[in-house]
Amino acid sequence: MSVNHAQRVDLEVVADLIPAQSRVLDVGSGDGLLLELLQATKQVDGRGMELSQRGVNECVARGLSVIQGDADKDLEFYPDKGFDFVVLSQTLQATRNPKLVLDELLRIGKHAIVSFPNFGHWRVRLSLFLNGRMPVTKDLPYSWYDTPNIHFCTIRDFVNLCDELGATVEKATALDANGQKIGLSMPWWFWNFFGQQAVFLLRR
Amino acid sequence: MVALRAKRTNNEADEPSSPVLRFGADKPLKLDAGTLLSPFQIAYKTYGTLNDARANAILVCHALTGDQHVASTNPVTGKPGWWEVLIGPGRIIDTSRYFVICSNVIGGCLGSTGPASTNPATGKPYGLDLPIITIRDMVRAQLMLVDHFGIEKLFCVLGGSMGGMQVLQWASSYPERVFSALPIATGARHSSQNIAFHEVGRQAVMADPDWHGGKYFEHGKRPEKGLAVARMAAHITYLSEAALHRKFGRNLQDREALTFGFDADFQIESYLRHQGMTFVDRFDANSYLYMTRAMDYFDLAADHGGRLADAFAGTKTRFCLVSFTSDWLFPTEESRSVVHALNAAGASVSFVEIETDRGHDAFLLDEPELFAAINGFIASAARARGLSA
Repeated sequence: MSVNHAQRVDLEVVADLIPAQSRVLDVGSGDGLLLELLQATKQVDGRGMELSQRGVNECVARGLSVIQGDADKDLEFYPDKGFDFVVLSQTLQATRNPKLVLDELLRIGKHAIVSFPNFGHWRVRLSLFLNGRMPVTKDLPYSWYDTPNIHFCTIRDFVNLCDELGATVEKATALDANGQKIGLSMPWWFWNFFGQQAVFLLRR
Repeated sequence: MVALRAKRTNNEADEPSSPVLRFGADKPLKLDAGTLLSPFQIAYKTYGTLNDARANAILVCHALTGDQHVASTNPVTGKPGWWEVLIGPGRIIDTSRYFVICSNVIGGCLGSTGPASTNPATGKPYGLDLPIITIRDMVRAQLMLVDHFGIEKLFCVLGGSMGGMQVLQWASSYPERVFSALPIATGARHSSQNIAFHEVGRQAVMADPDWHGGKYFEHGKRPEKGLAVARMAAHITYLSEAALHRKFGRNLQDREALTFGFDADFQIESYLRHQGMTFVDRFDANSYLYMTRAMDYFDLAADHGGRLADAFAGTKTRFCLVSFTSDWLFPTEESRSVVHALNAAGASVSFVEIETDRGHDAFLLDEPELFAAINGFIASAARARGLSA
């Protein structure tokens, strides 16, 4: 996982989107937190893919069904609509080709759930504006030269990409710095400014 | 001495010290070679107790030179079972909880019908008159053993190397009979390089004048030199360069300086010679030819029009694959291609690559990460199968 571990409030938002007994593929499953949550609360048929071998071995030792794999390379092997939900949580910004990855998610899953840190958040904007340097915040703790997050986007950027890929946004949620959902009635610009993370439910 | 040894191994072939299941003319074994093997027998060992629901059975498939003595003292060598680090009371595969079955493969030399067994048609050992045996033939025979126990569905089938090939074959041929599958350090086919190594081994055996075209028992001989060379060459492939260097380096064997001769100056030479010599005491040379051939012929994708995913179409079996970073016999890529095929088939699959310099043989050793993976996989499969702790 490529963001601060303590800040995984998005996991509960993701879990809420998934009905019981679904078939779920978690791409970038990290230490298996989401899969364990989903198995415990939703009895899902859950699978994971994770880049780090250490993460994979730990997951398998805990009885989770996880393989070592790269979202950029290994999604092509999955059949069309093989899962009810494909989840990519806090990983999109670390992929080499986010557009291709998102396209694959929409192919493999009847639904795709994507969560990502919003680079349009006011703290990020302020940091760049005031300091004139790449932002390093509590949730994005890396320096520009060692960050695994090579493809940041804002909520509006992401919505544009969804349009380009012909994806329908079924549901979108923005979370503020305290992990609270931002009111549904707010316009995109408001989310893009105050949302620290976003969770999208998509289909195609 | 040679004749004595020859006799002893031959006896273990016909009348093994483990239980034997004999199949008469009414139950022949259908072979891929196109013939029927009949009569034939399967020597096996079991550990633990089959539960009332017959749901706690684990089938262990052995590797090239393994045998049924997986978790108890080997009657030929007097050494502990080859996977006792993993299997036994209180072990990761706990025989107080699971019913563990391990049988000698068809073509082997410890009691299942193989080239050292007596051919009922001639009263002499089969030798090369035994048809070529394939991995699928071995599995077909194992199925008859499993049927004999009245086991509808095996809780788990596991094995490494050639044993892993059998696991994949089981999952492909009889998916409804396999609840979970654990193929370790293996692949869905034997690579060209692996066939090459095996061919070197076979040629070494056949080049030994004591081989006598496979009829060495009749001459009271055994091709010990050839088989030892085959084992020495093969043994190198089971290790890794790093492990060899770590263990032996260029260290000299019981001497201060090079002798300027062809004695075993180096520890590695002495070690390999020892490996070769102890191997011929326990293994039949013709059986070695048959086992290596079975692995060479294995190509699961080829059996399914070249598409490996089709070998597992619609499978409900839960898979866990394990590879080792320093295994150059079955490199991680071989496991990964099986994983990709299983992904394409929509299967439930875990895949663990373990960092070690111990090479292919790591699967037989005390590897904590391997045990953690097996433990996690088996435990979650047991929950899914409703097996109580």
